[in-house]
Amino acid sequence: MMRENPADLLPELLFLGAAVCGLVAGLWLPRDRQRIVAAVCAAGLAGALAATALAARGPEMTAFEAFALDPVTHAVRAVVAVSALLVLGLAGPLRGHPRETELYVLVLLASLGSVMMAAASDLLVLMAAYLLASIPGYALAGFAKDARGTEAALKYFLMGALLGISMLTGMTMLYGAGRGTAYPVLADGLAAAPGGVVAAGTVALLAGLLFKAGAVPAQYWVPDVTEGAPPVVAAFVTTVPKIGGLAAVFRLASEVLDRTAADWRVLVAVLAAATMTLGNLAAFGQDNVRRLLAYSTVSQAGYLLVPVVVAGDSGLAEPALLFYLAAYAVTNLGAFAVVIAWGADDLTGYTGLARRAPWLALSLVVCLLGLIGTPPTAVFVGKLLVFGAALDGGYAWLAVVMAVNTVASVFYYLRWVVPLYRARSPFPRTPHRTATSLAITAAGLSLALGVASGAALAL
Amino acid sequence: MTVLNLVIFLPLAGTLALLVLPRLGERAAGAFWITVTALDLALVLVLWATYGGGMDHETRVRWIPSVNASYHVGVDGLSLPMLALTSLLFLVCAVYSLGRGRAFAALFLFLQSVCLGLFSALDLLLFFVFFDLSIVGMYFVIAGWGHGDRLRSALKFFLYTFLGSLALLLGFIGLYLGSEPHTFDIVDLTAEPPLKDSPGTAALVLLAVGIGLAVKTPTVPVHTWLPPAHTDAPAAGSAILAGVLLKMGVYGMLRIAMPMLPEAWRRYAGVILVIGLVGAVYGALVALAQENVKRMIAYTSVSHMGYIVLGLGAAGMAGDAAAHRLAVAGGVTQMVSHGLLTGALFLLSGVFYDRAGAYDMGRYGGIARNAPVFAGLTAIAAFGAFGLPGLSGFIAEFQIFTGTIGGGGTATAVAGALALPGILLTAALFLRMLHRTMLGGPGPDTGRVTDLRAAETTAVVPLLALSLLIGIAPRFLLDVIEPASAVLVSLVSR
Repeated sequence: MMRENPADLLPELLFLGAAVCGLVAGLWLPRDRQRIVAAVCAAGLAGALAATALAARGPEMTAFEAFALDPVTHAVRAVVAVSALLVLGLAGPLRGHPRETELYVLVLLASLGSVMMAAASDLLVLMAAYLLASIPGYALAGFAKDARGTEAALKYFLMGALLGISMLTGMTMLYGAGRGTAYPVLADGLAAAPGGVVAAGTVALLAGLLFKAGAVPAQYWVPDVTEGAPPVVAAFVTTVPKIGGLAAVFRLASEVLDRTAADWRVLVAVLAAATMTLGNLAAFGQDNVRRLLAYSTVSQAGYLLVPVVVAGDSGLAEPALLFYLAAYAVTNLGAFAVVIAWGADDLTGYTGLARRAPWLALSLVVCLLGLIGTPPTAVFVGKLLVFGAALDGGYAWLAVVMAVNTVASVFYYLRWVVPLYRARSPFPRTPHRTATSLAITAAGLSLALGVASGAALAL
Repeated sequence: MTVLNLVIFLPLAGTLALLVLPRLGERAAGAFWITVTALDLALVLVLWATYGGGMDHETRVRWIPSVNASYHVGVDGLSLPMLALTSLLFLVCAVYSLGRGRAFAALFLFLQSVCLGLFSALDLLLFFVFFDLSIVGMYFVIAGWGHGDRLRSALKFFLYTFLGSLALLLGFIGLYLGSEPHTFDIVDLTAEPPLKDSPGTAALVLLAVGIGLAVKTPTVPVHTWLPPAHTDAPAAGSAILAGVLLKMGVYGMLRIAMPMLPEAWRRYAGVILVIGLVGAVYGALVALAQENVKRMIAYTSVSHMGYIVLGLGAAGMAGDAAAHRLAVAGGVTQMVSHGLLTGALFLLSGVFYDRAGAYDMGRYGGIARNAPVFAGLTAIAAFGAFGLPGLSGFIAEFQIFTGTIGGGGTATAVAGALALPGILLTAALFLRMLHRTMLGGPGPDTGRVTDLRAAETTAVVPLLALSLLIGIAPRFLLDVIEPASAVLVSLVSR
């Protein structure tokens, strides 16, 4: 029997409701009081978080034959809600901007798209979710309306549109081969379908999802958008869409591709290795911290693809992916929060930060060491689970590649840490207050999530 | 809160107190640092006094139940001496570094908690957490308070040991996946060694764990991070690096590699024996060629660690169990002895830099005339380091060599005989150092070397006194070590 209870999608409806209410309220509010919209959106997100906590206690099921309600969905809902809350808080420097409301609403809509990508268990819903997650992102990238923002938005848009078409093509091929668009039907249909069609369709479909994840070969937009868009937007687009994209790849892999004849595991493994290596190598020479973080997020996408490789083969794959996503989101946002709080884009701009703002510097150190994967931060536990999943699934070589990459990444993260503790800051700045406290919060969350990882994994 | 947990977390609490009490002046911070470390040492002595044999003072709390990892700590005859050494070395470093400032004190207290945690960890994951944090802490010590090309040395140290730690992590995951039921618990894994039926995988896991521990120890050929790190670290940092951090590698072999992979350890004992032999002789040879005092001491550390690895390799070869026990006990004694003597030597070599800003032997000479206490203490430490009877180094090396040569096998006897010249080389190089710096005619910088200050003397004397005590009456130490080494040897031979 088909289950069609709208209450099952309460968190998504709260995302949408908050966005719509925020938009309507923003139409009437004077420019200097638009922070009310932020409050409305934050309330919606908090509601969604609470609704997720309630829903997570229920049994696994599929609503409307297109939305899977399982641990993946619940975890992504929670992580996206928390990330979006952090992003709303980080928007402080844009307070009083003529289009402040639009920022909040677009963030919420893109977040909703991301959650839906993770939950979709039907190709058509996945496509709709992809568009919902992407289009607000293009607008956000060009938010500042300056030359670099426009270039970034254009690059983001063209790439997204091209790979969206490719994704649609792939879906058509899989539909033709599997005689359905719902994942359970597809899984049966594709198991008997000829391998060539399945492989071609999968590759075309993956292109779009990898674009969202910011992974090779669709990573070109990441550095330009991160550098060209306002910092808060950069923090958002390198975090939230990635969560949706990776969860969608994982769901597709474990529910549809697992039983097909196509050799997709090797393909994803090679892509994961290429993504982490390329991201790390490209990050080496960066002197702009936002470009550095951009390439770091590319390499992190590579690590996050490893659980996808062993999806269905190792029991550790699902907890590894979900925990790593949560850990990555918090830690990455923490690093961006420091950039927003301090306002410097150059590595040299961080010289002597420890003297001027010791807690901000400490948060940055925790976040950067966290991105390396130093215990006891959350990413360490994530990496541990990913290593475990890779070895368990028989991909020892991938684990070794990942270990070597992790060591290589130490080099560029430390390039940022070192100047913090140089003698005296030649840059008289005052860090932004809210962003500073959010950076400290994110760093603290990253540590707490690592230390209390047992409790988090039990959920 | 048991005494052991208090021992581990008291320094960390001190770090937090220093961070949140920014009003505390520099002098007060120094006094606070000394108080906390002294209290911690007193607690370790309580731990020692109430130690009841076997695995004692255990605490086990669930941490990440989904992968069977727990916060599990405890002490036995292998960890107790290391805990005592660690808290003593941190105390003398606090005394030595009086006036270094609040951040330095906070960092060292953090590092102390990490080291104490590592030596009492009974869970692989917990061990790894402390292992990695020790790298982070030492990185900041070198990068923040070092001299010379400190950033480069610190980065090299970080990259090298971090690579090792990731190899270690892969090995740990291999152990986890090889055990049934899957667990990270050291006690459980020791009782039920994993991978018994798959020797190929066991060899790979031993290789991964071995690489990780070998980098940290360090053994030849993965020792190249050590000399620059030591040369550019502050004196207290060098003392901790040599005295405590290097022991983590050997301790990991004793605690993890040998009891959990006994069959693989025995199969590759010959390789380990050779690695130890090469390290012992090569380290001494390279040390002989050094002009820089600190670099020279760093290379003697490579040599001293080589003896321990030699003994542990011999314990895996076929032969007499009593000899194996002696070799292992000698290894543990050497860990303590090297910590005391090399710690003292590094603190003393810091005096060269403090007074004249250089470590080159050629710039000094005849120091004994204007700094007799400095010269005298350096001479005692140097004599101890090359194994003069009456000091702890002799007790340790005598046991290692007797255990190795007397094991009954030809291979161990030959290896032991080949390693013996290492001692001669070490004696030669330390005597050469004494000749060139303390005796003879004055060099260009001799005039600037004033005698030890009260804080420096207070820091170095307890280390040498303890070394002397172990050299003359080692029973109190061996009574703790020997039962543990007997257990270990029986675990390896099963």
